[in-house]
Amino acid sequence: MSADVASSHSEEAVYVYQAPVRLWHWANAGSILVLAITGYFIGSPPPAVGGEASASFLFGWIRYLHFAAAYILIIGFVFRVYWAFVGNTHARQIFLPPVWRGSFWKELFHELTWYAMIAKEPLKYSGHNPLATLTMHVMFVWGIVFMICTGLALYGEGAGMGSWQYDLFSSWIIPLFGQSQDVHSWHHLGMWLIVCFAIVHIYAAVREDIMSRQSIMSSMFSGWRTFRDGRPADDGH
Amino acid sequence: MTETFYEVMRRQGITRRSFLKFCSLTAASLGLGPTFAPQIAHAMETKPRIPVLWLHGLECTCCSESFIRSAHPLAKDVILSMISLDYDDTIMAAAGQQAEAIIEETIEKYDGNYILACEGNPPLNQEGMSCIIGGRPYLEQLKHAADHCKAIISWGSCASWGCVQAARPNPTQATPIHKVPGLAPKPIIKVPGCPPIAEVMTAVITYILTFERFPELDRQGRPKMFYSQRIHDKCYRRPHFDAGQFVEHFDDEGARKGYCLYKVGCKGPTTYNACSTVRWTGGLSFPIQSGHGCFGCSEDGFWDKGSFYDRLTDIHGFGIEADADKIGGTAAAVVGVAAAAHAGVSAIKRARQKGGEN
Ligand code: HEM
Ligand code: SF4
Ligand code: SF4
Repeated sequence: MSADVASSHSEEAVYVYQAPVRLWHWANAGSILVLAITGYFIGSPPPAVGGEASASFLFGWIRYLHFAAAYILIIGFVFRVYWAFVGNTHARQIFLPPVWRGSFWKELFHELTWYAMIAKEPLKYSGHNPLATLTMHVMFVWGIVFMICTGLALYGEGAGMGSWQYDLFSSWIIPLFGQSQDVHSWHHLGMWLIVCFAIVHIYAAVREDIMSRQSIMSSMFSGWRTFRDGRPADDGH
Repeated sequence: MTETFYEVMRRQGITRRSFLKFCSLTAASLGLGPTFAPQIAHAMETKPRIPVLWLHGLECTCCSESFIRSAHPLAKDVILSMISLDYDDTIMAAAGQQAEAIIEETIEKYDGNYILACEGNPPLNQEGMSCIIGGRPYLEQLKHAADHCKAIISWGSCASWGCVQAARPNPTQATPIHKVPGLAPKPIIKVPGCPPIAEVMTAVITYILTFERFPELDRQGRPKMFYSQRIHDKCYRRPHFDAGQFVEHFDDEGARKGYCLYKVGCKGPTTYNACSTVRWTGGLSFPIQSGHGCFGCSEDGFWDKGSFYDRLTDIHGFGIEADADKIGGTAAAVVGVAAAAHAGVSAIKRARQKGGEN
């Protein structure tokens, strides 16, 4: 690997992340950060503030921020699903991992050996590698769907019977989990799933940016994937 | 023809004035508005009294205790004369063979017309041997009575959800009424709570008897008029919640000032019941008003949700019992450490390769 990296810096580039996807990515990341912090405080509130109740709205603001960020997340996610239909092929990748293809699993195995430091160099992709695709599909896409559904179910309880959140979400999700308390617990646990994903996601992005054969981090700003060697990409783009 | 409700009441010495008061009171507690009071009165004057068979399975009788303590003495008198309570082993005079005979009598006489009020639930294990009534498993009695009734009221958390006798590991397999296998498919109304509030019980039964139908139910079969909001939605400590003023310990300054009990485990935000509006003991108080958090007694499986004093409750099913922060925090820490270790090894590998180059 090192020989290639050192010798050929023929930086051909592919346009991967269209502007709406990049915008969504960062808005989404920001709202998740806010949701995780405020969500944690909803579960374990900060020490009590003194004075008259009318003089403070601390917990109200924490919850308000959570709900505001939640709606940004939801609208963004709905838009992102829409973009999977109208955007370029890369926009569909995390929603439809080609699990029916043998080559997907073979390459995924190769990626695992790369992470296990057995393989000498990773394959080269203009989109996501198979391991990343699968992780994003399972932990992120379904994780966020889970958070949105359980979150709206909890929100519907406050909004009350007759609200669309209650009718569409709370009315069946709460009995499905048993009772409201269980939905709280699982929504809370979902946060930790998202946190685990974020750790892996950020670590892998930094590591691949340094060690793989293509750009990672800068691509999510510019949209362009640049390569560090001139050999063809393995996902045929 | 059988007597009307009104005739029974008059016979029991209730004045017309009291009767009309009761009707307006009930209309109000049902949230029906004053125009409904005459409607209730009319129904009671003209309709024959509907008999109620009140059976007891595995339970602690707190529902009956609550019921007979309905705040308004008027309501209590009226209700007790109103529902015939042809059989209720707690408050009936008869006992033994004589009492059991009444069940059969009622079932035969009012076949298809009586209301079956269930307090408690049947255990299914050992063919129901953990609850024997008059020498036979309660399970049999329940099924038999359900076959011939018009509708079923599941009183309290026991009949509605299972309650303490169904708590993990539930050795007798105590089962809420709507889940009893082989039970006749009759309409069931759940009135959960441990016990349910007396006024809620009387209002529900008045509604059913006067209008001859259930009040509007939610998806889980609870009357919407009493169970459509959480304790938290109408709690008078809610301003402290929004302000971020919480009791941290039961003996702290916050507790003295009446702050919100969220951090000492109040389940008000997840509990559907009418305590914060109707209150208890005649509207005198309710748990939160006396300084203790709600522990969710009207919710499914509230015994199995860990400590009454924790906000984050235990999750079972991973072979461990821990709350979301313990499980999730541990997972995140493991992932974080793994990522750091992986980064370290990656750095060494890279350094070695770089070293090889030079
Ligand atoms: C990545 C996304 C999200 C994260 C990490 C997150 C995290 C959390 C956490 C940790 C809690 C505390 C649960 C508890 O212990 O009771 C919470 C509560 C809540 N979340 Fe989220 N959440 C997310 C998305 C959403 C969404 C999309 C909604 C939709 C409106 C939402 C609505 C709520 C509501 C209504 C509560 C309960 C607030 C209360 O009890 O006062 N959340 N969230
Ligand atoms: S005391 Fe309980 S029900 Fe009342 S506001 Fe606080 S958390 Fe909600
Ligand atoms: S406040 Fe909560 S625990 Fe107490 S009686 Fe009401 S529902 Fe049950």
